[in-house]
Amino acid sequence: MSPVADAPPRLAGEREQTQARRQLGTWRTVGAILRKELLVELRTLESVPAMTLFSLTTFVVFHFALNRSSVEGDLGAGILWVTLLFASILGVNRLFVADAEEGGFDGFLLAPVDRSAMLIAKALTLAAYLVALEIVALPAFSLLLLGTPLGPALPGLLLTLVLADLGVAVIGTLIAAMAVRTRARDLLGPLLALPLFVPIVIGAARATAPLLSDSHPTWPAARWLGTLGLYDLLFGLIAYALFDFLLED
Amino acid sequence: MYGKGLRALSISTVAAMTVALGLVFFYAPLEAEQGFLQKIFYVHVPLAIVSLCGFVIGGLLAIQHLRTRDSRWDMRSYVVIHMSLIFALATLITGSIWAKGSWGHWWVWNEPTLVSYLIIFLLYATYQPLRFAIEDPERQARYASVFAITAGAFVPMNFIAVRLSTAYLHPRVLGSTSNLPGSMALTFLVSFGAISLLFATLCKYELTAKHTRSQIRALRRRLAGEPARAPRGRSAAPSPAPTTLAPAGRPAS
Repeated sequence: MSPVADAPPRLAGEREQTQARRQLGTWRTVGAILRKELLVELRTLESVPAMTLFSLTTFVVFHFALNRSSVEGDLGAGILWVTLLFASILGVNRLFVADAEEGGFDGFLLAPVDRSAMLIAKALTLAAYLVALEIVALPAFSLLLLGTPLGPALPGLLLTLVLADLGVAVIGTLIAAMAVRTRARDLLGPLLALPLFVPIVIGAARATAPLLSDSHPTWPAARWLGTLGLYDLLFGLIAYALFDFLLED
Repeated sequence: MYGKGLRALSISTVAAMTVALGLVFFYAPLEAEQGFLQKIFYVHVPLAIVSLCGFVIGGLLAIQHLRTRDSRWDMRSYVVIHMSLIFALATLITGSIWAKGSWGHWWVWNEPTLVSYLIIFLLYATYQPLRFAIEDPERQARYASVFAITAGAFVPMNFIAVRLSTAYLHPRVLGSTSNLPGSMALTFLVSFGAISLLFATLCKYELTAKHTRSQIRALRRRLAGEPARAPRGRSAAPSPAPTTLAPAGRPAS
């Protein structure tokens, strides 16, 4: 087994692999993984129901903890974002568990596809979970706790939600992939993720606070949307650069 | 090999620290508003800057580790981040004391630098648990490097975000060295140099200690006739490969 005699067939094999990799195309892979993830979630209903139920319970807890029947302004924005983030942590914790336990990682690594596809697909999956969560949590929040009407604030709020969801999805995917193959995965995930979520909370809560205030619901300040967008972009690049290293082996 | 220059570095650190403390207590003038308390500035700010730079350098070393796959870079990254964490803790404590003295509270939420520090400290506090939770040494090094790069990039982003979030900034008495009187600026620069030297020396000591310990272990195992590389136990610290052993067949002296 000298490396010289071994080299030509291996090289040829690698060339074929890279060609196949190019042919398959990253986006087709992303689509396939995304479809698989959503199908699994639809069949097992593991993450999204837990996340929504958690958010509803948290609103009730906040009602009793603060002893207030309605909130608005920065208090309302704070409650909304704390609840959404903690609910999203549940999804982050479960995101890669099936892949780690049922050999999904091995199957993916054996396939001749771009590895970043996994990051994109998983981040889109998590973003879809977050959207599903917010479809339930936002009306519930408006019904249970919010003192001001949600309607006029909705366009600005939706934009803030989209930007924050993107950031949470990217960071959550990176952290989930890091935490899932450690011994204390359920402990490490939230510990790693929460400090990284702090700038998102800052941007999202500050952007949402005036929208939920009694006086004049306006469009969120551009500087907070800019902060969120920039943070999403930078973390997207970091995750794209580093995700491959979490998948080797 | 690792201990080379350690003595000179230690001596110059002690000398620089002595000079810096001498300048702080006997040369630098008392600040008009805060008086003696302001002297903590000469310790607090250099600690803060050095630990921040340490975190970023830890990320850069981790990039080098991922590029070369040489475990020595991981070792350096680990040591630098470990030291920075200790310096960051000292920064938080000295910052708290300063805040208590000048604003009357141990903790001030509208001082963005303190708050950013706390967030960064909390993030880096998970670095060791992350390492500790991964048994395979190769994967531990790889994951730790990914963490170090992410967190190193997070440091400046977090500072910007937190600074944006404070509606008004406290009057920054001593924001930069440019508006300091000359004697204060000189004292600050000297103590900054001293603390940087202290950081470098401590890092070098830790590297040397780790390397020496692993070499002694390898030699002991060799004396007992076992394979040189010990089976790894659970550990958060990377263990360096014993490099400078005598070739096999000859007794290691």
